[in-house]
Amino acid sequence: MSAQTDKRKPYLRPIRGWWKRDSYYIRYLAMEATSILIALYALILLFGLLRLGQGEAAFNGWLETLRSPLSVGLHSLLLLVFAYHSYSWFKVMPKTLPAIYWRGAKLPQPMITRIGVAAAVTINLLVIVVLAGMQS
Amino acid sequence: MTDGHKIIEMEVLRYRPEQDQEPFYQSYEVPFLDDWSVLQGLQYIKDDLDSTLSFRWSCRMAICGSCGMMIDGVPSLGCRTFLRNYHPGKLRVAALEHFPIERDLVVVVDDFMNKLTQIKPYLIPKQVRRLDQGEYLQTPQQHEQYRQFSTCINCMLCYAACPQYGMNSDFTGPGILALMHRYNADSRDGGRAQRMELGHADEGVWGCTAVGYCSEVCPKDVDPAHAINQNKMGSAIDYFLRFVRPRGASK
Repeated sequence: MSAQTDKRKPYLRPIRGWWKRDSYYIRYLAMEATSILIALYALILLFGLLRLGQGEAAFNGWLETLRSPLSVGLHSLLLLVFAYHSYSWFKVMPKTLPAIYWRGAKLPQPMITRIGVAAAVTINLLVIVVLAGMQS
Repeated sequence: MTDGHKIIEMEVLRYRPEQDQEPFYQSYEVPFLDDWSVLQGLQYIKDDLDSTLSFRWSCRMAICGSCGMMIDGVPSLGCRTFLRNYHPGKLRVAALEHFPIERDLVVVVDDFMNKLTQIKPYLIPKQVRRLDQGEYLQTPQQHEQYRQFSTCINCMLCYAACPQYGMNSDFTGPGILALMHRYNADSRDGGRAQRMELGHADEGVWGCTAVGYCSEVCPKDVDPAHAINQNKMGSAIDYFLRFVRPRGASK
């Protein structure tokens, strides 16, 4: 630098608390956080599989634990979490796919999300109907 | 002031490097008409209230991409956001988030400009044609594959919307990755392998965690989140292909 002094002093604002800036970020973090509870549910199911391998009494014990009020409460929460997770997953889906053309026009992204959600709801209902049929 | 003007309070983030340690909000009472943009409000401040205020602008019609700023916390173009939407309340105007502030509403854009050149934002023809061979032809369907991604005006609102860029500015970022896709998706182009050296990297498409706010704030409906995330599939295929085809496009 010459005799001229540099007055530049760029100021970088801290990133801390970025997620509080917009509700969009909070919804994003909620979407990411659902993955943790979904992993928890996967562990519960895996534990059931482990108990199944240990014999009938062990498996029945696991089933009994699932009927406790604490477990029913947890599963109700997990159901809500799964619903939001599924919806947010299908909301991101159109971003990950190449554009889809239907009869010459680009399929709108909300349509792709709706098709995904409809498919998920249908398949889940089918599973419930089949399981109910097996029990009766 | 002529009749018909209403008054609105504009709080503007000030930072004068020669005298301020950190930015602060300064309040101005601005008379405005219903058709005034936030940019016009800033111009009124500079012309009539405080000539020391600095901000960038040029076209006034959402084409040049110069007047990107945070308006009430949302990355917006000053020229296409209207003061009437904030009346009778007040509004806060600040420099674009995630960029260092040079002065007031002016940010340092060097990082963006460097990255822009790195992805080779121009056609690299598959086969170079001589002048007598005529134009590079393209069908409307081929044009449609990249048209949306070619309308970017480099306003950097998507960068101010992207927390990944805010946390680690090594990330190439939404706008430039969308531009990379624009050229990769062009049927006349053969430069994908060169560009994807950057695209495959952690700082490339994999730096994106699909927050998606970039696409929300884009004033030109470019949808950078779509451009980036549809490339993850291709990037993953390239990754596995290099085991069977050594001349893969990754570094």
